[in-house]
Amino acid sequence: MNGTRRMRILALEDHDADTRDRVAILSNDDDPQSLKDRLKDIDRIDLHFPHFTDGRAYSQAYLLRKRLGFEGDLRATGDVLIDQLVQMERTGFSSAVLREGVDIADAERQFARFAGYYQGDLASL
Amino acid sequence: MYQYTEFDKSFVKSRAAQFRDQLERWQDGRLSEDAFRPLRLQNGWYVQRHAPMLRVAVPYGELSSAQLRVLARIAREYDDPDPEVYRVASEAQGKLGTERLPTHCAHFTTRTNVQFNWIPLDKSADVMDLLATVNMHGIQTSGNCIRNISCDERAGVAPDEVADPRPFAEIMRQWTTLHPEFAFLPRKFKIAITGASEDRAATAWHDVGLQLVRNESGELGFRVSAGGGMGRTPVIATPMREFLPWRHIMNYIEAIVRVYNRYGRRDNKYKARIKILMKAEGQRYIDDVDEEFRQIVEHDGAPHLISQAELDRVSASFVPPALNVPPAAVDDIDPHGHPLFARWLQRNVARHKDPALRIVTLSFKRLLQSPGDASADQLDIVANLADRFSAGEARVTHTQNVVLPWVRASELFALWQAAREAGFASANVQLLTDMIACPGGDFCALANARSLPIAQAITERYQDLDELDDIGEVDLHISGCINSCGHHHSGHIGVLGVDKDGREWYQITLGGSDGSAASGAAQPGKVIGPSFSAAEVPDVIEAILSTYRDTRERNERFIDTVRRVGSEPFKAAAHAARTNDEVTA
Repeated sequence: MNGTRRMRILALEDHDADTRDRVAILSNDDDPQSLKDRLKDIDRIDLHFPHFTDGRAYSQAYLLRKRLGFEGDLRATGDVLIDQLVQMERTGFSSAVLREGVDIADAERQFARFAGYYQGDLASL
Repeated sequence: MYQYTEFDKSFVKSRAAQFRDQLERWQDGRLSEDAFRPLRLQNGWYVQRHAPMLRVAVPYGELSSAQLRVLARIAREYDDPDPEVYRVASEAQGKLGTERLPTHCAHFTTRTNVQFNWIPLDKSADVMDLLATVNMHGIQTSGNCIRNISCDERAGVAPDEVADPRPFAEIMRQWTTLHPEFAFLPRKFKIAITGASEDRAATAWHDVGLQLVRNESGELGFRVSAGGGMGRTPVIATPMREFLPWRHIMNYIEAIVRVYNRYGRRDNKYKARIKILMKAEGQRYIDDVDEEFRQIVEHDGAPHLISQAELDRVSASFVPPALNVPPAAVDDIDPHGHPLFARWLQRNVARHKDPALRIVTLSFKRLLQSPGDASADQLDIVANLADRFSAGEARVTHTQNVVLPWVRASELFALWQAAREAGFASANVQLLTDMIACPGGDFCALANARSLPIAQAITERYQDLDELDDIGEVDLHISGCINSCGHHHSGHIGVLGVDKDGREWYQITLGGSDGSAASGAAQPGKVIGPSFSAAEVPDVIEAILSTYRDTRERNERFIDTVRRVGSEPFKAAAHAARTNDEVTA
């Protein structure tokens, strides 16, 4: 279950070029429930980390996936650092826009680090 | 003790490898200072006044002798500052009047962890590898995440226990460890759990306090409270549930933490703890948690329901050790005609649920050592004592001592002699000199004033055991700043270091309680007027205690006298002990 990355990692220009999706953007103090009735019309939801230590978007991701059953692309934007990518994936993010100047190989290593976790990942819950 | 599975062991080793990778990226500039900081904090690495500080997690306070020996080795080989770092530190603290700045030792904390003050950061990854050899780590001992779970040091051995809290504490340890959703909460989050009728874990002062109880049908569950905390706004936890079935505890805690993660303040770190959210929201917070809990159970399928099989599996690790114990209960211990031994029996030895055994406290409160400090050699001796007398197990206590939980009543005299030789046999448990103190301004970057010289001065003044016995049980708690690591709020007498125009001053509070039966319902103490200078503090303490001895009714304890007569007489006596004309606000 672990050891391989399922999450898409994008550079900022790839994210900017990614315009085909029907996208909803949630600020990190928005209630995910506000999207409840529109979810079937949304391909992608962008959640935001104003600073990497602000962890509200992790709970939003959980609620969107588990509570509201969103199956589209869930994207982490803002202050996204490689040491948080694994936990983003584990709470249901499927893509992340990496801050500039970060070595993707350093990021890749983090996904293979732990053989497993104590909590089920969102996908296995 | 909990037996680590192969999964647990490999997890801790992976964590150590992850930290080494992060350290190396920080050292070669690939990881910024700002990005590295929370990562090292979540592994227990702070950068303090003069050097880094490592906090090692001791889940629910339990240490094996093998772990104690590794801690001893770390103290001996790694708690070893660069000579220039130590010279600068000694000079700076010397100017303030500090005479001792110990190195090569460990420090027991109020949340039953172990700290080191001098390990250079470039050795940090080596230390984490060494800790991992005995399944130890610093995971979530700092940072804005769910911290190490603390417990009652008599868990599983106390006669007054409803149920052993350790299997639940272990299940919580696992569930909280690297929880992906809750690694960046608004602020730190502390859980304490007790299974006894006496609260030895200060549960009401925690973000979540749990007490195992039985309902009218005899079923086991938790009394849950939340929103307690110290700091600049001391708050006693609010009851959330009088009875929550034990199977649901993780689902319910998830609800508490998720609502906090979403709505806790992040704009001001002094208002970011859950206690502030709960004060602001009142019943609405409780309603939100109930609704979130309902959703977790009904919609999400109660994913963290603890099965009986899982509880049994974890509980199996906590079966009592096989001891060669005479089957007979021992009611009275023969004092061997030795009054000092008799006194030690009275103060440092407690009843065990097995009447042939006893629980023994080794006192780490004595002259020339700071409260809770243990040198490398002393840690090795504790390991030896644990092996010889306590099935290889020791526990760190909330009051910064060490408990041996499995001592045969028939071996108490031999243990006393060995403890005495090692300097751990001060018969002062729960007396004035068994004080709690944080490392304070000699080590901590946050402190406004030094704690340890105050602790030392009071210890020096009260060396007469007869006098200490006459004063009786007093909780003296000393913090070097309002962050309250020395728990001054909950002391019967609290001492708080404050900074005024670059000088150290000390506020005295009276009447606080940690929530133990002897201290009464948990509550913060009340300040008794303007602060005092460091030199005045021992006189003020003496004045307060003299007032108590003059005022008390027969057999009345200090805290009871304070409650009966109020703070005025103490305040007047304290004020009269001022020598300095300069009075701070």
